[in-house]
Amino acid sequence: MKIEEIENEIIDEFGVYDDWMDKYEYIIELGKDLDLIQEANKTDDKLIKGCQSRVWLDSEMKDGVLKFYADSDAIITKGIISLLLRVFSGQKPEDIVTADLDFIDKIGLQEHLSPTRANGLLSMVKQIKLLALQNVEK
Amino acid sequence: MRKFDVNTVRKDFPLLARQVYGKPLVYFDNGATAQKPQVVIDRINQFYKEENANIHRGVHHLSQVGTDLYEESRKTIQGFLNAKFSEEIIFTKGTTDSINLVAFGYSKMLKPGDEVLITEMEHHSNIVPWQMACEYSGATCKYIPLNEKGELDLSQIDSHFNSNTKVVAVTHVSNSLGTINPIEKLIEKAHKVGARILIDGAQSLQHFKVDVQALDVDFYVFSGHKLFGPTGTGILYGKKEALDQLPPYQGGGDMIKEVKMSGTTYNELPHKFEAGTPNIAGGIALKTAIDYFDSFDIQELQKYEQELLEYAESEIKKLEGIRIIGEADEKVSVLSFVVDGAHHFDVGTLLDKQGIAVRTGHHCTQPVMDYFGINGTVRASFAFYNTKEEIDQFIQALKRALTMLG
Repeated sequence: MKIEEIENEIIDEFGVYDDWMDKYEYIIELGKDLDLIQEANKTDDKLIKGCQSRVWLDSEMKDGVLKFYADSDAIITKGIISLLLRVFSGQKPEDIVTADLDFIDKIGLQEHLSPTRANGLLSMVKQIKLLALQNVEK
Repeated sequence: MRKFDVNTVRKDFPLLARQVYGKPLVYFDNGATAQKPQVVIDRINQFYKEENANIHRGVHHLSQVGTDLYEESRKTIQGFLNAKFSEEIIFTKGTTDSINLVAFGYSKMLKPGDEVLITEMEHHSNIVPWQMACEYSGATCKYIPLNEKGELDLSQIDSHFNSNTKVVAVTHVSNSLGTINPIEKLIEKAHKVGARILIDGAQSLQHFKVDVQALDVDFYVFSGHKLFGPTGTGILYGKKEALDQLPPYQGGGDMIKEVKMSGTTYNELPHKFEAGTPNIAGGIALKTAIDYFDSFDIQELQKYEQELLEYAESEIKKLEGIRIIGEADEKVSVLSFVVDGAHHFDVGTLLDKQGIAVRTGHHCTQPVMDYFGINGTVRASFAFYNTKEEIDQFIQALKRALTMLG
């Protein structure tokens, strides 16, 4: 599926929740399905430090698409990473570079990607884009 | 003296009536900043609507009115702390600014071989400026360690003080643990070796009375915004002779006696430390905040806050997997805790979505977190306008969060 299609799918999924706690219940569930980075790969160069929670991110280029693996010490952060990886992982690097993340606003999670939140997610998105850019150039 | 009744008092604070995410707000982040009573908000408005002018320099009517109001505020703060002279009260931007002012002065006065003594419990703002002062001067920074209850370990107290100790900086109350430190003892020890001592009062004055003369403290610092006043206001109290010894921190208007191209002579206290146009409206409204707070019997407020703390602690102990961080014998109304198997960020986020405002993280006290081997806590900090019903809502919300995270 294309990035935009996946984003629309996520927006539809979140459309059913009008209660914040139900929404977070779902995010926590998503966190459990995250494509985890291997424990051995959780090295300092893969660590994105936030003030509140930490994020590890690894990637691998395979058959022309970029695959991502990640983890976090906070489950809500993990859930949001899971959403981001659903959008980005398995896509062509050039599509990742140009993708926008409006869907995060549309499902009401923009606070987690604000520069002041310091939970590592915004830095993770930047890192994903950077990794994609490096692979476009190859 | 105004009789304390929590339901009446809550009406003084308009923000407490608001909702977040469609839920009534439960504001338990008073350690970060306190809410403002309507009288303080009105005072700021009144200044800008009717009195705004620059102070200390104009001949015109409004400038004189503003100057008088600002100086009246200084006198109120002098009275509140029981300082001997009004020029011992220096207006700053806040606690951090006050500490930096003093530490900067010491960076010019300390020499290699001199020692600065702080503690493991300090907020970063009472660590970093002293580390910088040591870096600039070649002095050494030492510290008094913690014990497992979250108190200062004073078992070896005498070993920390010696004739090289020039300045000691200690918090009166820990922001992340709530511990009240026995500062009388530390002041006595500091003076015995001829050192000056600065006490960080950012977390104390909103909970109990402080008398700087009775304490015989050299410097006492606090922020206006944690004391129901405006942000960007703070105070440095310093004994006159201690302030006279310190070189000025910032240069500029107001702090000079005479400026020649060949050099400058500095103004008298307090102006020597008040360069530039200050936060005039804030300084004036800080008086209003202190007058408001001081209109109560502060001991009565303290007793009520202690009841809230005891109630919250007893309720939270009924839940499984909760560990309270900071169990000092003497505590203010701060409840810091960790949850087995749940990250503080997750707990804080799920409380937030239920209308409960707490602080999560290391609270700018990374050494405290390192001591306890954790990377953060959830901190609920109560003010006298909080209620037992709010604690019940908090416990309910916490239970729900723990179920979701379990």
